[in-house]
Amino acid sequence: MGSKTATEAQKYVWEGAIPLQIHLHESEVTTLPSPSPALILAPRIGYLPLLVPQIKPFFSSTLPPGSDTVWFEYQGLPLKWYIPTGVLYDLLCAEPERPWNLTVHFRGYPGNILTPCEGEDSVKWSFINSLKEAAYIVNGNCKNVMNMSQSDQSELWRSVLNGNLEAYIRVSSKLKLGLGGDDFSIKLNTSSLKYRQSAADAEASATIKAGKCFTLGDAVKALLPELFPDKSLPNDSMSLPQVEDGEGSALEEASDTGSARSPEDTGELVRECQDSCSLSETADVKLIRIQGIEPKLEIPFAWVVNNLMNPEHFLHISVYVRVQEPITV
Amino acid sequence: MTTLSNQGKIDISCWDGTISQHEFHTAASAFAERWNKFNAALPQCSWVARPKSPYLSSTSKESCGGGDDKEGEEELSCSRFQEDDFIDGATMLQNHDDASHHYDFHVVYNASYRVPVLYFRAYCSDGRTLVLDDVEKSIPAISAKLLMLSKWTFITQEDHPYLNCPWYTLHPCGTSEWMKMLFSYEPAVDHGGVAVAKYLVSWFSVAGQVFGLKIPFEMLSSIGN
Repeated sequence: MGSKTATEAQKYVWEGAIPLQIHLHESEVTTLPSPSPALILAPRIGYLPLLVPQIKPFFSSTLPPGSDTVWFEYQGLPLKWYIPTGVLYDLLCAEPERPWNLTVHFRGYPGNILTPCEGEDSVKWSFINSLKEAAYIVNGNCKNVMNMSQSDQSELWRSVLNGNLEAYIRVSSKLKLGLGGDDFSIKLNTSSLKYRQSAADAEASATIKAGKCFTLGDAVKALLPELFPDKSLPNDSMSLPQVEDGEGSALEEASDTGSARSPEDTGELVRECQDSCSLSETADVKLIRIQGIEPKLEIPFAWVVNNLMNPEHFLHISVYVRVQEPITV
Repeated sequence: MTTLSNQGKIDISCWDGTISQHEFHTAASAFAERWNKFNAALPQCSWVARPKSPYLSSTSKESCGGGDDKEGEEELSCSRFQEDDFIDGATMLQNHDDASHHYDFHVVYNASYRVPVLYFRAYCSDGRTLVLDDVEKSIPAISAKLLMLSKWTFITQEDHPYLNCPWYTLHPCGTSEWMKMLFSYEPAVDHGGVAVAKYLVSWFSVAGQVFGLKIPFEMLSSIGN
């Protein structure tokens, strides 16, 4: 989001919210009748722990004694708190559930499954850390984030907390997380090996392909080549155009070791896919979801990145894969 | 960027301190091989390669007790990854109270920072996980100072990238800086560059210090240029 004013799409993304119906876990209900669930509108680009101040009043009178260690779960699955709410929703609800029914716990934090979260500070640290990582991927160092003034850092975080896109753009544009110019550069981790070894060739092929646009489909195929076996991958991913853009951002595919930390359907399926060698016969991509929408794969990837990325400069792509179970006798 | 000649050397005059995934594989294999060769007294290192991203694993084991439950667990979870070269390994650290603490170490390649990252978990003989306070108490005094003073070696708790549960880790953001510095002292600089295979050994000579784990001199000198 390097431009000084927000695009329409960016505004939609920042205004996007998920209606949540939050139930207190039955083991923590000490009064009768049990409390009604809390109905909360959760910003897509926000994080679940940030909602606790809104949620707590619904349940505070019924909680057992003790100090709060809040965590959320969906159908028994503890939710990784550092993943943006919208991404969790896109990933875990194949059929969008409205409202999204979650269970909240105030006790018994599962420390062997979830990293500790001490409220807003933890979330802020995680956010800044992700921003640093994005900066490192884009610029080769995270100096710009590390050198942010305290007030800029606070303002940036507050803009995310409050969903204030204008304020966010004001501060984040100082970070210069773009590479300048009109073109874009994509650092796709899984292809970094081939890309770097054949950097010279990549440059050459990019020049030749100058007229052709790098699409969302191209990006997904480059990230998950094992899911597109029958499509001819252009020259071992050397087609990654080395062109520069007004906006750089890191790509994180939710289906892989990216934001799909929870071993839910999609994550598990894709992991299984990767473990098997003969993938082509058994798996195909059913659905690609970004910020709750299913963008056409022909859309220029630069547009997707600039308009649909999250405030920490990561683009989260949720991929649904259908795997055919082998028939065992 | 790393410039690789055919001999797998790093030209450090224009090097940013990072390595590619392929280079990690080379360096990790060299590390595991030499660790196992020169640290016969310490338990061995195992190389666990995932289909997409490989990592090294070293499991903790009691020196007097032999196979405990945790070792079995480690083996089970590693064997799922279906790769060759799995040799079980362990490293034991003892704290001042003589109560054994067990440490599992994993060295995982981080594709964002393009460096190896040390993940570890610590637990008592009864399987109870150690909290960070306990860990810091059992770390040799020198490295505790290292932790406080150095902006490069701070411990955080994050999800293990493959095991998907919380492990402690030494944050990777400073690694490329101190690797660059480390290699700038390499005498081989003038002779066509430093071997990639040396990367992980050198890296561990710093990262391992946090836990008082030292690299035998032979490990470093055995990697020819």
